[in-house]
Amino acid sequence: MSIIFKHARQLVVEIDEFINTAEQGVLVFKEGVLNYLNNEKESFADKISDIDRLEATADRLQHKIDDEAYQHSLLPQSISDVVSMLDRVDELIDIAKDNLYLFELELPFFPENIRKEYIRLTTTSVEAALCVIPAVRTYFREPIQVRDMLSKVYFYENETDKISRSIKRKLFHEMQELDLAQKIHLRYFALHIESISDKAQELADTLSIMALKINI
Amino acid sequence: MITLLFLTSGLFLGWSLGANDAANIFGTAVGSRMVRFKLAAIIAGIFVIIGAVAQGAGANDTLGDLGSVSTLGAAFTVALAAALTVFWMTRLSLPVSTSQAIVGSIIGWNFYTNNPTDLGVLTKIVATWISGPILGGVFAVLLFMLLQLATRKVRLHLIYKDVITRVGLVIVGAFGAYSLGANNIANVMGVFTHSIQLTPLDFGWLVIGSKQQLFFIGGIAIAIGIATYSRHVMNTVGRSLMPLTPEAALIIVLAQSLVLFIFSSQTLSNAIASIGLPPIPLVPVSSSQVVIGAIIGIGLYKGGREIKLNILGSISLGWIATPIAAGILSFFMLFFMNNVFKQEVGSIEIKRILQTETEPGPVQKNDSTTIYPDSLQNDSLVNH
Repeated sequence: MSIIFKHARQLVVEIDEFINTAEQGVLVFKEGVLNYLNNEKESFADKISDIDRLEATADRLQHKIDDEAYQHSLLPQSISDVVSMLDRVDELIDIAKDNLYLFELELPFFPENIRKEYIRLTTTSVEAALCVIPAVRTYFREPIQVRDMLSKVYFYENETDKISRSIKRKLFHEMQELDLAQKIHLRYFALHIESISDKAQELADTLSIMALKINI
Repeated sequence: MITLLFLTSGLFLGWSLGANDAANIFGTAVGSRMVRFKLAAIIAGIFVIIGAVAQGAGANDTLGDLGSVSTLGAAFTVALAAALTVFWMTRLSLPVSTSQAIVGSIIGWNFYTNNPTDLGVLTKIVATWISGPILGGVFAVLLFMLLQLATRKVRLHLIYKDVITRVGLVIVGAFGAYSLGANNIANVMGVFTHSIQLTPLDFGWLVIGSKQQLFFIGGIAIAIGIATYSRHVMNTVGRSLMPLTPEAALIIVLAQSLVLFIFSSQTLSNAIASIGLPPIPLVPVSSSQVVIGAIIGIGLYKGGREIKLNILGSISLGWIATPIAAGILSFFMLFFMNNVFKQEVGSIEIKRILQTETEPGPVQKNDSTTIYPDSLQNDSLVNH
């Protein structure tokens, strides 16, 4: 009896740790992009190594959680849902890492008169992710509350879309000083930043169905 | 050897009871993979035997009051009629209960042997069939409310909730198996207790009487039914027929176990009587119907949208159709047993004599036949 409780306790600790890691990863992404936009090179390099470490930790924890849950037949009815939900959480930190690396590899140039929009885009997109992560925690403790928490995610995702559209309009309609290659390059970075909130929305959709299932 | 041969119908009834009714206790737990079948079968097997031996006498006495099937041939036939009714009605997908089948069979014996059926006892039994599912529903609602309250107060992590539910399913399942053994052993062995007298086993500190030995054998038959055939039924119950969450299953099994326990506990009945209330009738009730009552209770509490009212109709049909079918079958089988196989199946005189079993010594039935009260030597009845 105590063995099964021991495994359960360990799994709870690992799930909490995994969610915290993903949350930190998203925060590091935000800070990293802001560092890049503000031309803080040293801090940006730190964020690159931080997100690398956090992503590796998240992967390790995710594999451990999957192994232990299946090995000890924990949550037999909802294990596949939980595993796919945690996979979506992992996708958040994965995409945050990939996108931050793109800044380091492609060194996009952000003209002064559009940086503010990119800062707003980053903050809003990351906010969507920061709203969905507490809902993941709540799913494990109070699933009935999850759906109420997700409205903020959809709001920030929607706001991100609007900001992204306005950036693209500005790039292609107003900023005649940039050549087409630059415009396209900057458009892609708007899409990369926006993808964080898209992933948050996908996670929110998954959570919403899971919460409904568990409450039934 | 002949005793064992006649006992086979009861053992078959016990086997089918184990194969079917264990699913009411561990069906969801096994079907949802919360509890492994092996563990469920071991726990159910052990506790069903303990329940049968320790607490099976109460419900058995009530069946005895309805009709003391006095010869081994009659007991065999009555149990076989009940078993065949259960088998036949199950094949036809009709709602069936061993409790109702055995009562019908005994009444069939009463008719065949011209023994009067005690309407008071019959009313008590039928009232219990109706009140069992209702009580199951009431208990389920109360327990469900309690669980909801506890879930809101204690914000348990899903993983801890899973582990606690799992442990709860095992503990409640053990209680359920104990109650099933205590309440339903009368269906399996009740008709044999007047016609088979086994030598008491004296261990010095513990004497195991004839009834207890019969209940032990019946309990083993139920346990074998659980081990050999209940897996498929458990998976069916757990996955398709009655899809329940493990938490809801915990509530329903606990409600069912409480009802079965209440209708088989002599101690509880005496305690109720001691405070001036009417004693609880100790009657074998259908565990399946109590489970359905519990599910309907929760359904009503949640607004009643999910309830299929035709299930209530099926239960009511079972209350009427099963005893009638078993009674008719029992009557005709007794006729064949008596006239084709020339087996004594009892008579009105025998029952009267058996009711005076407290009087010691042999009783003269007529010039040629001597009947011994069953407490002394009931096996001799077979040969008359």
